[in-house]
Amino acid sequence: MTNSSSPSELPLAADRPLRIGSHTFQSRLFVGTGKYSTYELMQACLAASGSEVITVAVRRERLIDKAGRSILDFIDLSKYTILPNTAGCFTAEEAIRVARLGREILSGLENPGANWVKLEVLGDAKTLLPDPIATVQATEQLVKEGFEVLVYSTDDPITAKRLKAVGAASVMPAGSPIGSGQGILNPNNIRICMEYLKDGDPDYPVIVDAGVGSASDVSFAMELGCDGVLLNTAIASATDPLKMAHAMRLATVAGRLSSQAGRIPRKLYATASSPETGTIAPLPR
Amino acid sequence: MQIQVNGEAIEVEPGRSIAKLLVQLQKQARYLAVERNGLLVPRSRHGEVALVEGDAIEIVTLVGGG
Repeated sequence: MTNSSSPSELPLAADRPLRIGSHTFQSRLFVGTGKYSTYELMQACLAASGSEVITVAVRRERLIDKAGRSILDFIDLSKYTILPNTAGCFTAEEAIRVARLGREILSGLENPGANWVKLEVLGDAKTLLPDPIATVQATEQLVKEGFEVLVYSTDDPITAKRLKAVGAASVMPAGSPIGSGQGILNPNNIRICMEYLKDGDPDYPVIVDAGVGSASDVSFAMELGCDGVLLNTAIASATDPLKMAHAMRLATVAGRLSSQAGRIPRKLYATASSPETGTIAPLPR
Repeated sequence: MQIQVNGEAIEVEPGRSIAKLLVQLQKQARYLAVERNGLLVPRSRHGEVALVEGDAIEIVTLVGGG
């Protein structure tokens, strides 16, 4: 092998960084900031996850605020790139307005996340699955307004192609519904999405967004050849969120390495691992 | 006059600017973005945009999300 790194050293240093639009990252795990019981726990989990990108939502400021604490006081804005989402929007118009509001806040904070958005245009409150038509329309408009748009999508390859065609900086197919913890339900669709999106453009970033339940789901997504994984609930709602944050970091790295290392082909029958010659003689009967 | 702020009726002096509305509400603009009747009002214009009776104002911030 030509690998020059020492036996115990992870060959990740040789890995190319993840590029999305104008952004470049070493970590391929993006994590959300929702559902944590305290901001302090969130802070610890963000650090343990090794993520460089964290997602936030845009919501009404409470006019009368008892606690008066902002999540922004618990996030190192010089360390993390904030990815504002349009979660909770059910029309293209709402999502576009929310994207503009998020950009306004992050511009004021001089965070590099001001030029991008995680677009969610939902079709239904029960499944939280995206409305593909409104999502394409909103993507088109936001691209015109100069946003780098990372688009939460279904795992439908045709929708994925449409989103890329209207300028999505990254298509982010759901493994399964948001917060469902079902993992990747249709790996074949994810494979086809990647084949289409990366055709003639191998560095086009595809990120699995939503549905992750445990670390093996993350490794599996990375092994499929995805460029990254975005998750929130799997860490925040785990019994031990901090331990799960570590697990997710390791799973991302493990899956990436495994994907690059090239797995063995699947075979129906066994192939011995130990030499088949030189075995001792059977006793005479 | 009355305006709507985040869905609540609020009394303000006629012609009051968005910057002064934020002061009245004891809000720091740093973590906020303001929309007036569905259109973003950039921070640089908070001082010059005068509110009108019946305006619908949205004041938003960033919260935890996925």
